[in-house]
Amino acid sequence: MLTIKNLRAGIEGKEIIKGFNLEVKAGEVHAIMGPNGSGKSTLSNVLAGREDYIVSGGEVSFNGKNLLDMSPEVRAREGLFLAFQYPIEIPGVSNINFLKTAINEIRAYKGIGPMEAKDFLKLIKEKQALVELQGSLAGRSVNEGFSGGEKKRNEIFQMAVLEPTLAILDETDSGLDIDALRIVANGVNKLRSENRSFIVITHYQRLLDYIVPDFVHVLYDGVIVKSGGKELALELEEKGYDWIKKEVVEA
Amino acid sequence: MITAEKISSTDKLVSDFEAVKKTLPGNSFVQSIRQKAIESFSALGIPARENEEYKYSNVQKLFSEAVTLSVVEMTLSKISIDKYLIPNLDAHIIVLINGFLSEELSLLKNLEKSVVVSSLQKAFEKHSEFIERHFSTCADINSDAFIALNTAYASDGVFINVPDNTVVEKPIHIINIIAAKESTFFFPRNLFVVGKSAQVQLVETFETHDLPVKAISTSVTEIAINENAKVQYYRLQNDCGNGQQINTVSASQQKNSHFDTNTVTLSGGWVRNNLNIALNGENCESHLNGLFITSDTQHVDNHTLVDHRKPHCESNQTYKGILDGKSTGIFNGKIFVQRDAQKTNAYQSSKNILLSDDATINAKPQLEIYADDVKCSHGSSTGKIDEDALFYLRARGLGIESARKLLLHAFVNDVMQTIRINALRDYLETLIHKKLGE
Repeated sequence: MLTIKNLRAGIEGKEIIKGFNLEVKAGEVHAIMGPNGSGKSTLSNVLAGREDYIVSGGEVSFNGKNLLDMSPEVRAREGLFLAFQYPIEIPGVSNINFLKTAINEIRAYKGIGPMEAKDFLKLIKEKQALVELQGSLAGRSVNEGFSGGEKKRNEIFQMAVLEPTLAILDETDSGLDIDALRIVANGVNKLRSENRSFIVITHYQRLLDYIVPDFVHVLYDGVIVKSGGKELALELEEKGYDWIKKEVVEA
Repeated sequence: MITAEKISSTDKLVSDFEAVKKTLPGNSFVQSIRQKAIESFSALGIPARENEEYKYSNVQKLFSEAVTLSVVEMTLSKISIDKYLIPNLDAHIIVLINGFLSEELSLLKNLEKSVVVSSLQKAFEKHSEFIERHFSTCADINSDAFIALNTAYASDGVFINVPDNTVVEKPIHIINIIAAKESTFFFPRNLFVVGKSAQVQLVETFETHDLPVKAISTSVTEIAINENAKVQYYRLQNDCGNGQQINTVSASQQKNSHFDTNTVTLSGGWVRNNLNIALNGENCESHLNGLFITSDTQHVDNHTLVDHRKPHCESNQTYKGILDGKSTGIFNGKIFVQRDAQKTNAYQSSKNILLSDDATINAKPQLEIYADDVKCSHGSSTGKIDEDALFYLRARGLGIESARKLLLHAFVNDVMQTIRINALRDYLETLIHKKLGE
């Protein structure tokens, strides 16, 4: 589904991702962990197509197509979804109106006509229940006045509505209390399927207690320095990142 | 006919007045006001750039181009006004051609019987008691050269009187049409008197019909709002390029009255709007909202003045601008809180988005407070479209154009929500959608 080969990227003339490789197959859940400043957020921004980030080398292939050639909206329409670390507040744009526009533009891209109003409302109702999002929140302006937890739930709600094939969760656990974390993780777990893959970017292991990954990778200074199964996350939790840093320095 | 006169300066306008004053309508009361007004205009003169109030709007240049003076009626009979109507708006229609009321084109169906709608010329004769009580009382001839000029030359316009305790059920839609074959000055003058506990919704639209040349309309509208009255006044300037306007609206509110205004400018080459509100009684509420979306070389200048003269009044102003091309926008909002106006609540906000590097906005909020127990605040911001929000929407699959449109619509949304006539709001949404899609 997603193949990243020797990706190099940065911002404002500073290279942050320095030869990154990853292969994500359909249905897999990959966790990318790493200390602050290792390049986790840069990676998610580059994959989503944020224009401030400059790709200086490497290849990214998404379902056989060159992802790096695509605008952010085309990436989304092709099935890529980024759950933002800091969801943006957009006063005056209602969640519902925004999602309706998004769905219909994605459908138009695929050559399908707009969704019927009643089908859309049914979809919204169903997906709201998935993340226990209050009906009134869906009608409000995008993220305006939402608490940290509500914002993250809204991200997962949007993901549920848009049904991407690859979802990148960028530190979705940050700023969540344990109840909100459980709700968000349950939402994600319900969306797991053999056709849908996830990249879960996180600093802490605790999210991975709820969203159990197939693979765990450790990102340090822009490259993956260690990969393993879910037990690697537990090891990191126990020993901290210094252990990895030491290994890298020694190697 | 005086239409062949060429004028280009303050002196010329003053001397021309001598020639035409006998032909202007009104009894000796009106004529004496005209005389005082021309003297005031002569003293004030067409404002120079040094004049702080006209710093960003070069009116001298506007008036230096030779144009014809028009104080006589021009009839446009048998034109269709269909294209100037607002879809689905069930309203009484008043049509003013170059400021002259056209009875032929106006349509007042089932208007409450006690309500008077007439041309100003007729009102000078038939409703002199109202004229003598209200004409030139809201708009001070000594405060502004264009109020003085209009008062001197005022040729026609619409007079509306809504008597005490009368609620006008349907909105009154005033369609201003400017039509001229040669460059011309116009001086439309309106007077609205709203009685105690009366209510009315007024919608004014500005249009042009076959205007191959430049026309300058210097209009004044006076609104006398009596105790407990509620007035909503919406202005939509959707003029085409050659219409140049200096509009002054001066309202005076008596106690417990409510006045809501919306000024929306979408097109029109050169527009200056002066909106003056005097709060002359306690417990008044005023809401001034404005929106301008400009492109090309458009020039839109909104000046507001809210004068809190009595205690316990509230005023709120929200003006928003979206500027593209080489257009210029100005917002100058002044709030006076006089010594007696304790417990005043006054709020003012001006927010603008620049879509191009060549567009300019000058926003200047001013507060002058002479009372000590008041709540006043103002804020102004100008920026580009929010790149983070734009990326967020695109990351959900919205194309860049629809994402931009959605954000711009969101930006104007709070002003749009203050328009309480649904058909008017829908019509504006359509116009705005079209304008932002250019």
